[in-house]
Amino acid sequence: MATITASVYTSHVPAIGAALDLGKTNEPYWQPVFAGYEPSKKWFAENTPDVIFLVYNDHATAFSLDLIPTFAIGTGPEYPPADEGWGARPVPVVQGHPELAAHIAQSVIQDDFDLTIVNRMDVDHGLTVPLSLLCGQPQAWPCRVIPFAVNVVQYPVPSGRRCFNLGRAIRKAVESFDQPLKVQIWGTGGMSHQLQGPRAGLINREWDNAFLDRLIADPEGLASMPHIEYVREAGSEGIELVMWLIARGAMSDRPPHVVHRFYHVPASNTAVGHLILENR
Amino acid sequence: MALDKPYKDIPGTTIFDADQARKGYYLNQFCMSLMKAENRERFKANERAYLDEWPMTEEQKQAVLARDLNRCIELGGNIYFLAKIGATDGRSFQFMAASMTGMTQEEYAKMMLEGGRSPEGNRYIGEDK
Repeated sequence: MATITASVYTSHVPAIGAALDLGKTNEPYWQPVFAGYEPSKKWFAENTPDVIFLVYNDHATAFSLDLIPTFAIGTGPEYPPADEGWGARPVPVVQGHPELAAHIAQSVIQDDFDLTIVNRMDVDHGLTVPLSLLCGQPQAWPCRVIPFAVNVVQYPVPSGRRCFNLGRAIRKAVESFDQPLKVQIWGTGGMSHQLQGPRAGLINREWDNAFLDRLIADPEGLASMPHIEYVREAGSEGIELVMWLIARGAMSDRPPHVVHRFYHVPASNTAVGHLILENR
Repeated sequence: MALDKPYKDIPGTTIFDADQARKGYYLNQFCMSLMKAENRERFKANERAYLDEWPMTEEQKQAVLARDLNRCIELGGNIYFLAKIGATDGRSFQFMAASMTGMTQEEYAKMMLEGGRSPEGNRYIGEDK
């Protein structure tokens, strides 16, 4: 049987990808950000799973206004890095796990979550920056990745409660797959940031840290937080944090082991938050 | 029944909802076209001619030509789409964000280094600063 061994939560700021790709990781601005991920890289090297189920949002890359799936699961064999307007990131093509992805899609859809199935798409910084942060700059990514895209761009976006319950359905799906795979689930995006309008640059350190505390200790309570609170307190793009609840919902009901916790302001416009939780 | 919009009382913030998306459909799809290198070249060679290939409103075209991102957002643009214009110009996301705040890029970058814009006084329209 497949098992979910751990979950990883991280911001996915595009400038972090650019800093890596352009060799700026030791610059004084970026050094503290990457230093915060050094323990994570070590942990990941020692705990590389067979598959990462990677929850992220597409930023007007694979999905334009022509098609806006609320939840989309990648069941294809591979996903190239996207050209988001600056040229594609020089990172490896992502290798999928079509069998596990199709199994999860079947199980979760039969559990009443209507997923969109995607066999071909380019993946943007939302997916590739987290991989870079934990895996560094390898020739090939060290494991398979199932991309899971959530619409947090055009409202209405899914509620925290819906995301948390979806995570639970994903857990059930993974645990009923009949191959002995180790699976990690990653929730990405956030933390507080606003990229638009006169209020751009909003950061809420206190709120972010309370979010991290509750994600660890009271995820079910946290899942009842309405959208408006994310937007008001953590900025319009802070809404991405609902995706962390999918990963958290996929974890065991027992309290997790906190492997690593990191928080830093700023990376470009954004507060960087990061957690690694292991199932006990 | 009109859409419920509890977010209208947040200052300096436009939520990209179905009404905004409908208004900005072609503006955003024009932005999307800039993800292809050949389209970026054609746009840079003659911005007006390129914009005229899209059924956008004249106001939307003027806002793009002026790189007035606040106006683009008011007219239905979404920042992740509009970012493709900035990318075409070789601008960073931080440059684009700063341009919407009335601050210089240097002032904005300094604010971010000092911990970002505080939520204090920025939660509700009309809240005391």
